[in-house]
Amino acid sequence: MEILIVFLPLLAALIAGFGGRWIGARNSEIITTLAIFTAAILGVMLFAFSLNHGADVTHRLGVNDVKIIPIFQWVSSGSFTVNWSLRLDRLSEVMILVVTSVSAMVHLYSIGYMSHDPSRPRFMAYLSLFTFAMLMLVTANDFLQLYFGWEGVGFASYALIGFWYERDSANKAAIKAFVVNRVGDFGFALGVLAVFSLFGSIGFDAVFNGAEEASRRTINLVGYDVPALTLICLLLFVGAMGKSAQLGLHTWLPDAMEGPTPVSALIHAATMVTAGVFMLCRLSPLFAHAEFARDVVTVVGAATCLFAATVALTQFDIKRVIAYSTCSQLGYMVFAAGLSAYGAAMFHLVTHAAFKALLFLGAGGVIHAMSGEQDMRKMGGIWRLIPVTYGLMWIGSLALAGIPPFAGYYSKHSILEAALASGTVFGNWAYIVGTLVAFLTAIYSFRLIFLAFHGPSRAGEHTMAHVHESPWVMLLPLFVLAAGALLLGYYGEEWFVGEARRDFWQHVLVASPDHDALVKADMLYGTSLLSGWRMILPSLAGGAGILVAFLLYVIFPGWPHRIVNMFAPVHRFFYHKWYFDELYDFLFVQPAQKLGRFLWQTGDVKTIDRFGPDGIAAVTRLGSRFVSGWQTGYVYHYAFAMLIGLVAIISWFLLRQSNGIF
Amino acid sequence: MMFDGGLLSLITFLPLLGIAVILVAPLFLRADVKATAPASGDAHHAHQPNHAPHHVSWKSDFPRWVALITSGLVFLLSLLLWTGFDATLPGFQFEENHQWIQALGLRYHAGIDGISLFFVLLSTLLTPICILASWRSVTMRVRDYMIAFLLLEIMMVGMFAALNIVTFYVFFEGVLIPMFLIVGIWGGERRVYAAFKFFLYTLTGSVLMLLAILAMIHNAGTSDMVELLGYSFPVHWQYILWLAFFAAFAVKVPMWPFHTWLPDAHVEAPTAGSVILAGVLLKMGGYGFLRFSIPMFPIASAEFAPFIFTLSVVAIIYTSLVALAQKDMKKLIAYSSVAHMGFVTIGLFTLSSQGVQGAVLQMISHGLVSGALFLCVGVVYDRLHTREIARYGGIVKVMPKYAAIFMLFTFASIGLPLTSGFVGEILILVGAYQIHIILAALAALGVILGAAYALSLYRRVIFGKLDKADLQDLWDVSRREIALFVPLVILVLWMGIYPQSFLSPMQASIDKLVENYHVAIAQAEPADFIVQHQWAKWQQKPVLSQDPMVVAAASLSQSSLAPSNLSQSNLSQSNLSQSNLSPSPTRLPLSASIIAKPTDQD
Repeated sequence: MEILIVFLPLLAALIAGFGGRWIGARNSEIITTLAIFTAAILGVMLFAFSLNHGADVTHRLGVNDVKIIPIFQWVSSGSFTVNWSLRLDRLSEVMILVVTSVSAMVHLYSIGYMSHDPSRPRFMAYLSLFTFAMLMLVTANDFLQLYFGWEGVGFASYALIGFWYERDSANKAAIKAFVVNRVGDFGFALGVLAVFSLFGSIGFDAVFNGAEEASRRTINLVGYDVPALTLICLLLFVGAMGKSAQLGLHTWLPDAMEGPTPVSALIHAATMVTAGVFMLCRLSPLFAHAEFARDVVTVVGAATCLFAATVALTQFDIKRVIAYSTCSQLGYMVFAAGLSAYGAAMFHLVTHAAFKALLFLGAGGVIHAMSGEQDMRKMGGIWRLIPVTYGLMWIGSLALAGIPPFAGYYSKHSILEAALASGTVFGNWAYIVGTLVAFLTAIYSFRLIFLAFHGPSRAGEHTMAHVHESPWVMLLPLFVLAAGALLLGYYGEEWFVGEARRDFWQHVLVASPDHDALVKADMLYGTSLLSGWRMILPSLAGGAGILVAFLLYVIFPGWPHRIVNMFAPVHRFFYHKWYFDELYDFLFVQPAQKLGRFLWQTGDVKTIDRFGPDGIAAVTRLGSRFVSGWQTGYVYHYAFAMLIGLVAIISWFLLRQSNGIF
Repeated sequence: MMFDGGLLSLITFLPLLGIAVILVAPLFLRADVKATAPASGDAHHAHQPNHAPHHVSWKSDFPRWVALITSGLVFLLSLLLWTGFDATLPGFQFEENHQWIQALGLRYHAGIDGISLFFVLLSTLLTPICILASWRSVTMRVRDYMIAFLLLEIMMVGMFAALNIVTFYVFFEGVLIPMFLIVGIWGGERRVYAAFKFFLYTLTGSVLMLLAILAMIHNAGTSDMVELLGYSFPVHWQYILWLAFFAAFAVKVPMWPFHTWLPDAHVEAPTAGSVILAGVLLKMGGYGFLRFSIPMFPIASAEFAPFIFTLSVVAIIYTSLVALAQKDMKKLIAYSSVAHMGFVTIGLFTLSSQGVQGAVLQMISHGLVSGALFLCVGVVYDRLHTREIARYGGIVKVMPKYAAIFMLFTFASIGLPLTSGFVGEILILVGAYQIHIILAALAALGVILGAAYALSLYRRVIFGKLDKADLQDLWDVSRREIALFVPLVILVLWMGIYPQSFLSPMQASIDKLVENYHVAIAQAEPADFIVQHQWAKWQQKPVLSQDPMVVAAASLSQSSLAPSNLSQSNLSQSNLSQSNLSPSPTRLPLSASIIAKPTDQD
């Protein structure tokens, strides 16, 4: 069953990719969508089965609660062995559930959204291929398979961002996504090498079992002894930063919005970008022994959270707003993982997958209705025309803003609660940032709602005449996701972060009690009434944010402009995304190109060739010209030369003899 | 072994039969060949050879068919080597040893081990592909061209199978002649410059190698490579001989800064020439290091390893950056080859099981992938007669199949998992990390840059708007062209998904090589090393001598016992092998990678 879940999408991708020409677009859509739905249903069954038989399974499988399905050996070189296998524990089951169900919804949605596109089979094939790679990633049982999934989803993401290959911007965004992720993978790869070098294995079980002992080892780096696990965790976290678009390696995510909207929903909101968070949870036994690395994770996560929210406030492209929002929400998850509140991180990952996919697909519906327009300045006044999409967007936004009883409230709340309870400097900082961002989140998400749907229409008449509700294939997935955004929080809380979490997560998520923020939160929540008001602060902030957005964009629509003028430099800074792209262009892209040209023209051509082969050739040519100059053809020249030679030889002999005499 | 008698020689010299047939054929087909000679001349000037009317009978295709059938047969026969190969044996198999020139004491001795097996297969696979690739694009002096390729195949296979150092040299040099002709006669506009540059570089190296070979024969009293492998050269000779061989192999690889012949040669060579050049000729350098430098001069190899690492890292970063700036498709791929071969030389001199296996795998993979990429360039060059990147763009619209094939090989070149490029790269990095983390980090930088230049090439050629008029009329890959790519596609994916079929046969030979090397290093005296004080410092390192494992290891190395299994990497074992058996890491400015010692001892 597990093998079917993982390989059905691959099979579907191969059929649609290579056979799409023959079976036609419609059949490609049906085959891929059916395959993913089957996988999703099997995923639900797998999850339900393992939940119901949890005790039995634990008993049957021993203490590790892990089921490993070997496929075959991949690489074996000396002691470096890697196997293809599927690792099934609660973490991967949750991820399978998320990936397959969101993917199924997106597949269904794509049938409607892409209906005018001539290369639908290719699109569906890429989507299914992505699903396969993502499933391989979440079921990895060793670092290299994780790396495979990592690069595999990167490839699928590249192919889908650049799906509309005639657009130059799309192609550039695709390359940017791949290369920036490669920078992350660079750290990841070094981390894997360090793991192998330290543990002599890259299998998860061997590494996790050895983590305790390895925590006392050091790695000599440039003359300094660095705690080995800290270094490894930091290197691996660089990989997570790339995939999960954390501050510094986030620049590819907003550009990735060049891809079709279903892609943004599936890859750049719900699943692939959460791979970094998944990795942090998966490697919790390593991070448990690397305090410094955890602190770094916390700081980076919180910084991303803040950064992305400030940028999201100022953008006008509807998809970019949601993209930055994703980036910001990933920041929440990452700092939760950094505080060892892995349950909360996973909880937010799951609820976020539902409401963010909903928002993206809803935005896709809006774009679809507006004949491809993405700029919110050219929307407005359409809420009566597409009421269903409008209502669904409300649900998504409320969940995102963290308003009870929507799913986002529970998960965000549990994260902030843990941050507050952790009691460390970084935890406190994360709490403050998180609460502030909860306020900002509500502002930008309702700014989006009010700008896009309310107010006077700013679109052309022609566009307005065509505004229409999406077809049912596009709405149905939205309803499913909306149900998730409504219910997941309420029903998930108990398992992910509540009383039942120990039974739910079994031994998958490892954190020692002295730094497990969730444990601390339990204690704090139980004892201290004083901190009660701080507990509800995030929700209040969310409510306040909605109110502010309502005031600014509905009641007093002139104010935003005035505020922008008042804080022009700040706004410019936010609007230009803190100038990261410009900075990187200046620091890396331009120098690399210049250096490349320099090394080529000056290094290869003017130095190596000039003094190397061309130089030797020139010397030879000159030499031969010089020598041939002697061959004048005049007999008296030769005779003269012979004479000189004769004289020279005779004098030499005479001198030698005279040497002997005297 | 089923074929004790002569399978290897049959594979090596079967192309001679093909050459003979091509040479003799005109005697019987004279009338037709004369009639078609001007026709083929015309076709050369036609701008679309594929569409040029074939007003030639099958008889003018005769040399093509003979060459294709011969080389195809050779390939099929060489598969028997693979199936008949006993992966458990580290030594040479399919050995043949005959008297050759009695007066000089020369014998013809050939055989293959797990390392050369795949190089032989690579050569025999690429030759028929090259012949098929030139089917329509070469129309001038077809007979000579086909003869040159068959001759090239003899030389390549002969070289990889040679077990006598003199025959090795003859074949090693012999490869140059047909290659020189292929570039110089059937090449592009600046073909003569490129051919001479190529010749000049490689000959300089080879002359030094010849002197070294003579010195070796004089020194060891034998020209048999199996005996030479067992002979331990005096240390001062090792240094000299190593350097001489280095000159020859570094040019072939090519290592920075001996690489500038490669882009020129590639650009001017015909497509098939580029394929063989990148696919096989570059591998001769790596193979040479593996066959001569490392096993015969282990101490010099240990001594010069940091030097190799430096050149390789420079090569990776330097040429990757240069590749970013290229405007010519072939030049870009040529520079990327230099970067990829930088990985190979790092892997070889890590002298760990993973590093060397990775290097060999990377060489095979690079042979297939870069060969395929040059074929990809050839496909559009045949249609548009330009290699300038800017002249293309958006051709996925008219050539979707081509775009898919090109994409696969682009990503294989980048080293995406599931393609052949990945496994070799990661194994090399595993080996490099064991030397030093910084070495691995610098090499891995190439992985990022590789993605940048390869994807930008792909984008500029394949994607974008199809707005150039002459691109509208391009036609997708023909059936013949697909036939070229199919075996390469299969192999690239096979090596990526199940590399064990390649790793297993080479494992025994490489383990033996690595083990012999470490034994030789362990037996060496401190005085054998040029940088003696470093050696002494390492011996006296106080922290390590406290470590009971290291003390034990030190006594082990002093009693010159061979560690039984060096590829093991249980922590203490790897520590042992690094601390005492390979002194080279100590001379890196940044001391050895992991010193896995409990901190509580400090």
